[in-house]
Amino acid sequence: MTENPPSYLDAGHTIRSWLLTTDHKRIAVLYLISVTFFFLVGGAAAGLVRADLLTPEGDLLTNEGYNRAFTLHGVIMVWFFLIPSIPNVFGNFLIPLMIGARDLAFPRLNLLSWYIYMLGGLFTLIVLLVGGVDTGWTFYTPLSSMFSNGHVVLVAAAVFIVGFSSILTGLNFIVTIHKLRAPGMGWGRMPLFVWSHYATSIILVLATPVLSITLVLIAAERLFGLGIFDPSLGGDPLLFQHLFWFYSHPAVYIMVLPALGVISELVAAAARKPVFGYSFVAGSSIAIAIIGFFVWGHHMFVSGQSMYASAVFSFLSLAVAVPSGIKVYNWTATLYKGNILLDPPFLFAMSFIGLFVVGGLTGLALAMLSIDVHVHDTYFVVAHFHYIMVGGTISAYFGALHFWWPKMFGRMYPLTWGRITAATIFFGFNLTFFPQFILGFLGMPRRYHVYAPEFQTLHVLSSAGSTLLGFAYLLPFVYLGYSLVASKRASANPWGATGLEWTVPSPPPKHNFVEIPTVTGRPYDYPVDKEDSR
Amino acid sequence: MRQYLQTSVIWLFLALLLGLTVLASHVLTGPVSLFTGLFIAALKAGLVLWFFMGMRHETPMIRLFGTGALFWLAALLLLTFVDYLSRGAV
Repeated sequence: MTENPPSYLDAGHTIRSWLLTTDHKRIAVLYLISVTFFFLVGGAAAGLVRADLLTPEGDLLTNEGYNRAFTLHGVIMVWFFLIPSIPNVFGNFLIPLMIGARDLAFPRLNLLSWYIYMLGGLFTLIVLLVGGVDTGWTFYTPLSSMFSNGHVVLVAAAVFIVGFSSILTGLNFIVTIHKLRAPGMGWGRMPLFVWSHYATSIILVLATPVLSITLVLIAAERLFGLGIFDPSLGGDPLLFQHLFWFYSHPAVYIMVLPALGVISELVAAAARKPVFGYSFVAGSSIAIAIIGFFVWGHHMFVSGQSMYASAVFSFLSLAVAVPSGIKVYNWTATLYKGNILLDPPFLFAMSFIGLFVVGGLTGLALAMLSIDVHVHDTYFVVAHFHYIMVGGTISAYFGALHFWWPKMFGRMYPLTWGRITAATIFFGFNLTFFPQFILGFLGMPRRYHVYAPEFQTLHVLSSAGSTLLGFAYLLPFVYLGYSLVASKRASANPWGATGLEWTVPSPPPKHNFVEIPTVTGRPYDYPVDKEDSR
Repeated sequence: MRQYLQTSVIWLFLALLLGLTVLASHVLTGPVSLFTGLFIAALKAGLVLWFFMGMRHETPMIRLFGTGALFWLAALLLLTFVDYLSRGAV
């Protein structure tokens, strides 16, 4: 191993060498640290919300304080954790390695994206310090443009800024995937993780500008009194919702598509089999990205949108279930008769599939006009989107962390602790959010912190689950942190997985490949020679 | 030199189309006026894309992405109009 060049971690030890790096792997580590920080801030706000909901009177927070706490939780978790987490950490680290490239197409633009992300984050933290905002993360007009006492313009500026980081990252990924694939890696030989990031990047580039413009319009109306969304000035509040959800529904796919890519890799590696129906799984990512643009109106079924429009959006929303279903069925078929290893990444993948299916099926229920009218703006909706966005995306994020940790840092971690964490997260998550389906069905509205006493038992269950979940989310800090200083070194391919990233040493050298590899076979060419596995 | 000439011709043509838009808005009435205006606007956008934005020199892949962006914009406007135009009907 002595002939290998030094790893990217050893390529420089000064702070300057990290803050001015253009190495995609180091930038991924910078993102890992920053999204973890925002995850903790957003998680603390969630803890505050759940603690307040322990009693029907909402004794902990004032009405205003509660609104600010859940808004902060939503804004931070959506824009500073869920959207950037998998693409910016694992996409950044893995896409060049997986396609046999030395870096992303625009390394300096990649670093700039991180600085823009941090600038947006700084704005959000300033808002936090000066008192927060009370509009909910959706900034609905006319509340946000006319009545809110919070710092709407400052938060809109934060989200506007962080949007540019997303656009630039998406652009970088698209160009990299088009231009820098190793010889022999045609579109039919790309790992599914890369396919899913390609689909995600298309959404990032095409949808994010719509959000940016919408936020500028909000700021313009609030600051200068322009009549864009205010009916008394000739504007239309529903127009805001159209524009907002044209971005924000595809944003759900920005969160979950990379997660779907992660799960394809984890399932294949755990089963030691090629992914069943590779081209369908790859194509379904693109189909989800495209159809995902046409479903935004299902957020507006009861807001005064016409029934014709609602019927069109209801139909289109049901259509997006087809490519999502293809993925789940194909993963199941991949696992069938697989030589399965019950390692932490596999347990997280199973957790993802379970939570994603519950979230997806309740999504179908919500896409039906009649059911949506009954449960609209209740805890049923809260439970549904947490199953998809939090249960799904965070399971996949932790799965990815446990799968590629040895590759990123060259150390194995105690697998038993990983298994315990996966199981605790799954249990804690269901205890937190399943009662919320029942709460919503019984009529408990979302965003209220004073509620009828008969809902208390379910709220207490939910808060107990969130305590367990919070504890489980903190566990990896201990054993992954421990692994960095005291664990045994990882081999190049500890899981016996396929893919170019496993052919380089762990951690990879600065320029990834000494010689650009030539790809000759199809992806997921299992079984792998076990000689190199752990 | 040839490039300047071509750019000038396209610019003049765009100015002519602008004049046509103004004329049509005075002469025509009702939906015909609206659709004529939209048609001329689409023609102008096409000319800008093809010549000024250099789409005619690009690879099919870039053209596909350019068309994709237009398609997305069209979807946004069309589905929003489905709501707006049918709001009074139900």
